[in-house]
Amino acid sequence: MIELTDLTKRYGRFTAVDGITLTIPRGELYGLLGPNGAGKTTTMRMIAGILQPTAGSIRVAGIDLRSDPMAAKSKLGFIPDRPFVYDKLTGGEFLRFVAGLYGQDGAAIERRGDELLELFELLPWKNELTESYSHGMRQKLIISSALLHRPEVIVVDEPMVGLDPKSARLLKDLLREFAARGGTVLMSTHTLEIAEAMCDRIAIVQHGRIVAAGTMDELRSQTSAGDATLEELFLKLTGGLSQWELSELFDR
Amino acid sequence: MNYSIVDPAPGSAGVLDILRPKWRGFLARLRHGRKQAGARTALLLLLGGGFWTAVFGVSYRVLKYFKGVEEIGPLLAGKLLAVGLLSFAAILLLSNLVTALSTFFLAKDLDMLVAAPVDWIWFYLAKLGETLVHSSWMVALMVVPILTAYGVVFGGGPLFPLVALATLLPFFLLPTVVGSVITLLLVNIFPARRARDLLSLVALSVMAGLVLFLRLVQPEQLARPEGYRSLLDFIAALRAPSHPLLPSEWASSALMNWLLHIRDPLPLLLLWSTAGAFIVIGASFHRRLYMPGFTKSQEGANGATGSGRWHSRLRWLLAWLPVTRREFVLKDLKVFFRDATQWSQLILLATLLIVYVFNIRALPLYTGERVPYVVVTLVVFLNQGLGGFVLSAIAARFIFPSLSLEGRQLWLLRSSPLDLRAMLWSKYWVGTLPLLALALGIGIVTNRMLHAPPFMMLLSTITTVCYTLAVGALALGMGVLFPQFDSENAAQIPTSFGGLVFMMAAVSLLALIIVIEAVPVAQQLRAWQAGAQTGFPASLLLAMAAVGIVCALATILPLRLGLRRLAALEA
Repeated sequence: MIELTDLTKRYGRFTAVDGITLTIPRGELYGLLGPNGAGKTTTMRMIAGILQPTAGSIRVAGIDLRSDPMAAKSKLGFIPDRPFVYDKLTGGEFLRFVAGLYGQDGAAIERRGDELLELFELLPWKNELTESYSHGMRQKLIISSALLHRPEVIVVDEPMVGLDPKSARLLKDLLREFAARGGTVLMSTHTLEIAEAMCDRIAIVQHGRIVAAGTMDELRSQTSAGDATLEELFLKLTGGLSQWELSELFDR
Repeated sequence: MNYSIVDPAPGSAGVLDILRPKWRGFLARLRHGRKQAGARTALLLLLGGGFWTAVFGVSYRVLKYFKGVEEIGPLLAGKLLAVGLLSFAAILLLSNLVTALSTFFLAKDLDMLVAAPVDWIWFYLAKLGETLVHSSWMVALMVVPILTAYGVVFGGGPLFPLVALATLLPFFLLPTVVGSVITLLLVNIFPARRARDLLSLVALSVMAGLVLFLRLVQPEQLARPEGYRSLLDFIAALRAPSHPLLPSEWASSALMNWLLHIRDPLPLLLLWSTAGAFIVIGASFHRRLYMPGFTKSQEGANGATGSGRWHSRLRWLLAWLPVTRREFVLKDLKVFFRDATQWSQLILLATLLIVYVFNIRALPLYTGERVPYVVVTLVVFLNQGLGGFVLSAIAARFIFPSLSLEGRQLWLLRSSPLDLRAMLWSKYWVGTLPLLALALGIGIVTNRMLHAPPFMMLLSTITTVCYTLAVGALALGMGVLFPQFDSENAAQIPTSFGGLVFMMAAVSLLALIIVIEAVPVAQQLRAWQAGAQTGFPASLLLAMAAVGIVCALATILPLRLGLRRLAALEA
């Protein structure tokens, strides 16, 4: 479960996240959508404990992140948008290091690491330095590391970037299965088709605020958009160039 | 990129267009820096000004003395300049090797530039210019006070700065072209990331060899004319260039010709014509080999991971540690030893230490005569001071950057339930323990060579332990307070503002320790020389207690501040 109450983040006079309140129960896959710079990544990084909120509170799996960060973080798996790993560690060593960060070691965690690497077809690369991995391979390694300690909550920022179709499909299935087994997933994506197909509920963020939230049907009724697709809803809520304006751009 | 021989397409980017983002970025950083940290800029200017003044002062005094020496004064000054420029040329060549690899093959703007319709010659000249600036600015800054002293002492006149500029520009260009050509050839043979490791190794081995060579040939002999059979021999040795084809000789001749009013434009002509020819040769190499090299530089490197047996032994050795600390220590050790750009500097360090021990051994202290106690005191304290300074420099290079190097992975450390104390603990001991072993090693060996009395040996050992523990904490704490997360090169991190602050703090601590110990130690040495029974008087015990308290504070405070800053750090 994730609970955000009046979550705010300011950088000087600029407000990146402006009083977001949101509850994501167990067993739900929640999508966070919004244009670039809307505050999605900042929100996710605050939930992951990487950024400190200016105001508001965050509870992960019922634990307050500010008062007991260690316990809250041990329930969380975070997958960032940019897959930065230690170049001079092998894939296997990286997983062992991450397990160590969660206080886990021994044969069981080694086995789980191998299973995850096999699932993402990284096992043949287990003993290669990650500096020789492609972007997609690094992304898959980070996903494996986020699942290694069996989290209750997964926060995933742009999960499909760099993944091949097979791995993207695998990740989609994994996240759905994780939610079906009672886990909580908060996912941000720019691929609206994926959000529409995967998410139970969606929030659209703009200028640091949630401008609409709910199931697809609820979003449609909130915006009086009939049977509009998510893309149409998104453009309607966030604004976008019309066909005429685009033609003008190329004619200039 | 257009690699045809036709003229660049109309509207295609020129050298200035390619470099515009760089200098605009530089100006923006300056503006930003001025707004953000006036005190920081003021401190840097103060330190820079102080350094320049010191270099100018020393150069001025030496040159003034040389000028006063009849017949050979100007020759000595010329020789000194030639030797100095030769050293600078060696540094510039090494610096250009490493810089050219970054600017031509690993820079972030390359994908965009290579994909853009930029003519190859503009691209080459722009990147050559970028390499020149990045590799040479430090040497250029160093040269200014030295040449100013030459100009002042020998009456160079108002046009001397222009002559110096006309001399130094081709002198700096030559190693830039040579360095970039060697890099180009290496990248065509090895992938760029491997080549960087290789280059670091080659560069540092050459540097280490050079330092050892300079020490072993004993250049101080040149300063003793009595060693030559006659004055004519000495003058002949001074007149003879170390090699007539060395650009450093041309540069020094060009400058000295102006200062001594000798009308001989040949050195300057040689410099400019050679630089021009080298640029043409470099451009032709670039045209043929750049694209294959750049393509190769995109290949991933499959670096060696070392022996599995070694890893499991290390794991077994550290089995007593809690899992998080153990994994952190293992990770830090693996990352350090697999990155040649990190550990290759140990070669240079080892060389410097050999030279240091060699110098201590060569001191003419025990040649049979009784040595005055002042000399022994001075040498013992000098040894402690120099040893402390060496330790600070090593801590600046290896411990200070340790948190900054986590920069890109900070998301992982902050999002996991990592106890930040465990991270600091790991980084502190991984850095400080080897430093302590080294410090004790140098201290004991050099003190034995100096025939230090037992009380001095004990005092030196205790002081070394206290100081090393403190300097490790200072380096780590300052590294957390002044992180450089954007830097991809660990060697550049200690040259940042924070690195400077750390060095100042470490040297101040060292000075304080020496001041505390100076009087009781001097009294004790005097008693020892007089043959009195030397125990451990109260004044010495008091001094040691004071040193212990100062070092404990210098250990605890930076670590506490660092921990607090780390908790508030955002990635």
